[in-house]
Amino acid sequence: MNAVSQLDQVKTGPWNGGRSPWSVEYGKIMMWFFLLSDAFTFSSLLIYYGAQRFSKLTWPAPDKVFQSIPGVMEHGAPLVFVGIMTFILIMSSVTMVLAVEAGHRRSKKEVIGWMIATIIGGFMFLGCQAIEWTHLHHDGFWWGHIPSAEELKHFFNKPEDVSLIASQQFANLFFTITGFHGFHVFSGVIINIIILIMTINGTFEKRGHYLMVEKVGLYWHFVDLVWVFVFTFFYLV
Amino acid sequence: MSEHSHTTEEHGHEEHAGLSKGKIWKVFGILLLITVIEFIIALVLIPKGIMTQHFGNYVYIVLTLLKAFYIVAYFMHLKYEKLGLQLALTVSFIFIIYFIVLMLTEGGFLNLHMMHH
Repeated sequence: MNAVSQLDQVKTGPWNGGRSPWSVEYGKIMMWFFLLSDAFTFSSLLIYYGAQRFSKLTWPAPDKVFQSIPGVMEHGAPLVFVGIMTFILIMSSVTMVLAVEAGHRRSKKEVIGWMIATIIGGFMFLGCQAIEWTHLHHDGFWWGHIPSAEELKHFFNKPEDVSLIASQQFANLFFTITGFHGFHVFSGVIINIIILIMTINGTFEKRGHYLMVEKVGLYWHFVDLVWVFVFTFFYLV
Repeated sequence: MSEHSHTTEEHGHEEHAGLSKGKIWKVFGILLLITVIEFIIALVLIPKGIMTQHFGNYVYIVLTLLKAFYIVAYFMHLKYEKLGLQLALTVSFIFIIYFIVLMLTEGGFLNLHMMHH
């Protein structure tokens, strides 16, 4: 054995990097650390939103802003549509864990089935979000745009509460934060599709394990996790 | 040299078995139940005046953190990882807690002192 190949040798001692830290595979640890940094980004956005709400005397009432079920009723159904969206996302999280569980048993067929279900859930959520955005946009809210002071009275609890600055902050932050989250859902769906194709191709079968499914699973659950917070702070509080 | 040829790759799938299907559906049930409770508070308890919006907000935050716990612990499997990884991922949020306190204090100050002038 020459000197060069000795350098190439993977060191195996625990203090030489030969052990995987915490017995977790490298890619999975990196996914966790990426998600931690992403959680910081989302926290910053949500904390800024919180600071804005704290600094304003009034704020658009969620029950009045979000009270339509597209195609069913225009008014008087607060939270129902977003409830459906939440259910879709939690459901797709469940199908994702089921895909991971099938991966542990190396059941290719079941992994394919559950991954397809997860991807469909992701597309359904994105569709709902598109409808939600369109609806709010038609009401007159957008980045840098709000309805007139007269129209805004419909979105506050009391007519004298109307605040143009609060409305504008609400619109900007709503579209930025749900947009950033929606972008994560979108990239999650794309990654899920890539993993689905790799599964169908038998890549993980040959590799002997379905760890990649677990890694995208972590990302997908994180997207669900962020939605739990967005849902609370935009729709409930 | 062959006995040294273990790669980190192999540690991966020996780690631990995943969640059983029954456990997965149980966690799903808990998440759904918490969401239903949130809806009852938002659509019944607060409009009827049984609970104030202010108190409701605290309940929402507690329920949200509970949901976050179930997603991270079971769906993301963190509960079954080594303590070191659990600590690395959770203790870091001390910075976020600090940031929340900082920014909300700032917001509250602006509310009190800037709006009334």
